[in-house]
Amino acid sequence: MTMNSTAIATDAVIEQDIVSSNSVYKTNQLNLWYGANHALKNIDLDIKENEVTAIIGPSGCGKSTYIKTLNRMVELVPSVKTSGEILYRGRNIFDKSYGVEELRTRVGMVFQKPNPFPKSIYDNVAYGPRIHGIKNKKILDEIVEKSLRGAAIWDEVKDRLTENAYSISGGQQQRICIARALAIEPDVILMDEPTSALDPISTLKIEELVQELKKDYSIIIVTHNMQQAARISDKTAFFLNGEVVEYDTTDTIFSNPSDKRTEDYISGRFG
Amino acid sequence: MRYIEQQQVVKRMNGRKIINSIFKGIFMLATLLALLALVILLYRIITQGAGHLSLDFLTNFASRFPEQAGIKAALVGSLWLMAVVAPTALILGVGSAIYLEEYAKRNRVTDFIRVNISNLAGVPSVVFGLLGLTIFVRALALGTSVLAAGFTMSLLILPVIIVASQEAIRSVPGELRDASLGMGATKWQTIVKIILPAAIPGILTGSILALSRAIGETAPLIVVGIPVIIQFLPSGVMDTFTALPMQIYDWSSRPQQEFQVVAAAGIIVLMAFLLFMNSIAVIIRNKFNKRY
Repeated sequence: MTMNSTAIATDAVIEQDIVSSNSVYKTNQLNLWYGANHALKNIDLDIKENEVTAIIGPSGCGKSTYIKTLNRMVELVPSVKTSGEILYRGRNIFDKSYGVEELRTRVGMVFQKPNPFPKSIYDNVAYGPRIHGIKNKKILDEIVEKSLRGAAIWDEVKDRLTENAYSISGGQQQRICIARALAIEPDVILMDEPTSALDPISTLKIEELVQELKKDYSIIIVTHNMQQAARISDKTAFFLNGEVVEYDTTDTIFSNPSDKRTEDYISGRFG
Repeated sequence: MRYIEQQQVVKRMNGRKIINSIFKGIFMLATLLALLALVILLYRIITQGAGHLSLDFLTNFASRFPEQAGIKAALVGSLWLMAVVAPTALILGVGSAIYLEEYAKRNRVTDFIRVNISNLAGVPSVVFGLLGLTIFVRALALGTSVLAAGFTMSLLILPVIIVASQEAIRSVPGELRDASLGMGATKWQTIVKIILPAAIPGILTGSILALSRAIGETAPLIVVGIPVIIQFLPSGVMDTFTALPMQIYDWSSRPQQEFQVVAAAGIIVLMAFLLFMNSIAVIIRNKFNKRY
């Protein structure tokens, strides 16, 4: 009996390993409703690790809703209902046994508007490690430096770590927010239009950063800027009216789309 | 062809400016009237009562003889009352606000609760006095103690504290909440580390204003049956006591003219007390004010 269950458990682990060797997220027949509004329809997506996956589409197509479903932030909206499953590293994130805090420790998020806490730069970055129980000052110092270096902002703020995070520019604030997400040592980073509130130079810095980060993290980025998707992503998913119209390598989507609607959208005929 | 003719605009300009001035005058008059009432009140009280103010007035107990009558029992009693009301009302009020804003799901029941808390803030204080008399004084047999009166006053100001705290919590930007939850923080960690620090100026300002209302309220104390003439200080929350507004009410309702002077002196003490608490509210608000 004991032998048997061990064997089954081992099988499950092996199966999980095979899945996780390339897929981080596997979405199967995901549907989502805001009350009566059917916002996501039968979504099937397989997101690979150590790649940048861009999600593009016109306003209201469900791209932000989808990325917020991946770390279940969408559930903060009252009256949300979902069906189908999203497997993160082989495990269904909608399972009752899957703690939402646990999921969000593995999946960091960067939001549309820079949203640092009204605290010092240091405390912003140390916030995640602290809530997960790290109190040792030396370890915290190291995490803060590593995360700020990871977000390519260490040199700009290393002499002003005790200053309020609101005292720096919007583009710097957004990189602090990325550092803050890195500090929880995530596996995946979700970015919801991270440059839409930034000037072109700050945008460029973040785009370069994304290229750097994909060596260590899997990145899923929502953007309304098609050039940005073309510049920085490996795969692109085109969303329209809550459905995935096309999902392929970024090169294929932008040079040789198979669906007429994708072609119309990327050539600027609507949206 | 243009729809707006420049000449017509210029012609009508004078009339618009006159109306603007008229309304400015009306609103200024309204402010001045309110200010005038306050000045008259202060002038009367101070000219009447200032002569009676002395250290003896603060350290004497109440007396049949106006020249010996002091406010010691009432002043200390009011401090005792605050010692019960402040923690009770703050813990219950802020706790309810956190629950309603952060934990409670929005449905018909919680909507009903939300609306009715605001309604409770408008219930006359006499009604709360009757409630206190029934529950605390009689049913729980606390008698006319500091505790019974303190709980009654807490109930009275609870709706105001809840509403003020809800407003303060709601004004914390949602992005901060998202950022914290998005890193795997629990709701409680988010509340303690992000939301409360940002909401505390608003919560404390509202709460201190509510507490100063509790200091000035007379009706609930009368209904609960708090005595007026007391020759000792309470030594615990189960002792009976009297409070500043009770003492003032008693003095001002006596027929002898001399007691009107004593009442005025009592009012000066009460107003100094209120002014002190309100300045604390202002200091706290300025100290904690944070930018977003």
